[in-house]
Amino acid sequence: MNAVYALYDNPAAVQRAVDGLRAAGVADADIQIMSSEPFEEYEFGHKDSASWIHWIAGLGGITGLTAAYLLTSLTQQAWPLRTSGMPIVAPWPNLIVIFEMTMLGAILATVLTLFVSAKLPRRLPPLYDTEVSDGYILVGVQRTSGQPLGDVTAALEAVGEGRVKHVGR
Amino acid sequence: MNRTRNNPLADDLIRPLLHTSVWFYGAVLVLATIVLCGAAAWAYQVWYGIGVAGINWPVFWGFYLTNFVFWIGISHAGTLISAILRLVNARWRRPVTRCAEVITVFALMIGATFPIIHLGKPWLFFWLAPYPSAREIWPNFRSPLVWDFFAINTYLTGSLLFLILPMIPDFAVIRDRSSGLRRRIYGTLALGWQGTTTQWHRLEAAMQIMAVAIIPVAVSVHTIVSFDFSMAHVPMWHSTIFGPYFVAGAIFSGIAALIIAMAALRRTLRLHAYLHPLHFDNLAKLLLLMSLLWGYFVFSERLTVWYGNQPSEMAVFWATQRGEYASLYWTMVFCNFIIPVGILSFRRLRTLPGIVLVSCGVLVGMWLERFLIIVPGLANKPLSYSWGTYSPQPTEIVIMVATFAAMALLYMLFSKVVPIISIWEMKVGNQPHPALPADEEEEQQGLWRARP
Repeated sequence: MNAVYALYDNPAAVQRAVDGLRAAGVADADIQIMSSEPFEEYEFGHKDSASWIHWIAGLGGITGLTAAYLLTSLTQQAWPLRTSGMPIVAPWPNLIVIFEMTMLGAILATVLTLFVSAKLPRRLPPLYDTEVSDGYILVGVQRTSGQPLGDVTAALEAVGEGRVKHVGR
Repeated sequence: MNRTRNNPLADDLIRPLLHTSVWFYGAVLVLATIVLCGAAAWAYQVWYGIGVAGINWPVFWGFYLTNFVFWIGISHAGTLISAILRLVNARWRRPVTRCAEVITVFALMIGATFPIIHLGKPWLFFWLAPYPSAREIWPNFRSPLVWDFFAINTYLTGSLLFLILPMIPDFAVIRDRSSGLRRRIYGTLALGWQGTTTQWHRLEAAMQIMAVAIIPVAVSVHTIVSFDFSMAHVPMWHSTIFGPYFVAGAIFSGIAALIIAMAALRRTLRLHAYLHPLHFDNLAKLLLLMSLLWGYFVFSERLTVWYGNQPSEMAVFWATQRGEYASLYWTMVFCNFIIPVGILSFRRLRTLPGIVLVSCGVLVGMWLERFLIIVPGLANKPLSYSWGTYSPQPTEIVIMVATFAAMALLYMLFSKVVPIISIWEMKVGNQPHPALPADEEEEQQGLWRARP
């Protein structure tokens, strides 16, 4: 693994670094940005924002609903005891259990999607710097060994504010 | 660790985790002793049987169920308020949310133990779980107690995740700033968080979805707790108003608990720079609103019963208005309505000590309200041969006191291992906004999506 990154102390410099990397021909997918806070106000903060998480949450809800419906109705039919004049499969009380399990399904699916798509849990990869937690913003590019990174280094240094560091060489 | 830091806010919020005063250990010792007394009282009850508690025919629900409803109500402080403020993007929520969410988790855990304590035979608790017995009989899904099981577990799971997820970036900050065992522990808790743009987007999207999901769940939880009562033919229980009445009361007591917790944190952890008078003032206005709403519900409920004039209900009505429970009833009205409206309506009186005082009163009033819903109804059932009284016994009182100590203890311990104010959310709140023309902003928003 071969990587180069720079640490900047302000998001405006990060934006310039990202623009510089693009101008140098680096693909958006190869640019890695790490920070101790999200930067929604800057264009680089919107990288990788598209996600299926909302749809998967909905799917989780549907799964919970189906499971709850089957749990309540099948178990009531398996041992048909009449209670307080209610039908064997009592829709009104069952709705409560169905609602709770629907929401539980949506919540669990959301969390599961978060973990999978954010690649958590994982070991800290080599392209990381603990100074990110000190408030610095990391902009880096990672390439397989042997590929040159001179153009990337030049683009990161051109911003004039960051500290450029190398990993793996 | 002597490198230049660009994150003074993190330094400030992590400080309580790294420095512990002797007072902290003293308080933990006292609270842990009280909790152990409660555990001993429970063990005593398990050994000698539920008869050592004051619950007896016809009042089978006493302090334990009062505390159950009370603590579940307190749990509405956190996740519900936090989720609403998150959805409306209230900027002042940032220092408040985690303080609030912690209350939810611990209050739910404490509240959920009371039905188990009340069982008398706690080892049979699993009968409520959706698990068939040896004779293939599943739980009765028509029973409100089973609804409680599902509602509380869903809310607890959701609230716990809602609390934990935004803690992950903060764990990463502590991981990177510590060494040795502490670094290993927080490294494990941080799950390898790097703070990539993908991780931030997924986290924020997940929090948004969970905020949407958790609000109806929170409302359903206390509605279902109210169904424990309103599904029964006990005087003044069988009411259609109970669902919203309970939810309003829960939010009311929850806000009061949140204000007290925030005031205690502000003082003990010296968080004056983060928990401003503005936060207390905003919460006080919410408290005032809920007090008025609570008064409206009580009036509606009382008027309907009085106008209906059914003998069984009027027996309970008069027992609380001017009978043996009248002193408790009017104390409740005083604490929940007269004092809050009298103090919080006036800006000059809406000071921090005033707000905390009102909040303490509201907690007392709301506990009394739960007691007055449960006990007088059971003690005055429709036929007078089944009338009775209830006197709490020392076992119940010790267990109740121990749960308050447990809440304080858990909260204190939590604030020693996790920044009680979210570091990254505070930083987002402090970000300067770059000035961009509207058309350029719109263009940049779509740029990443347009790129291959």
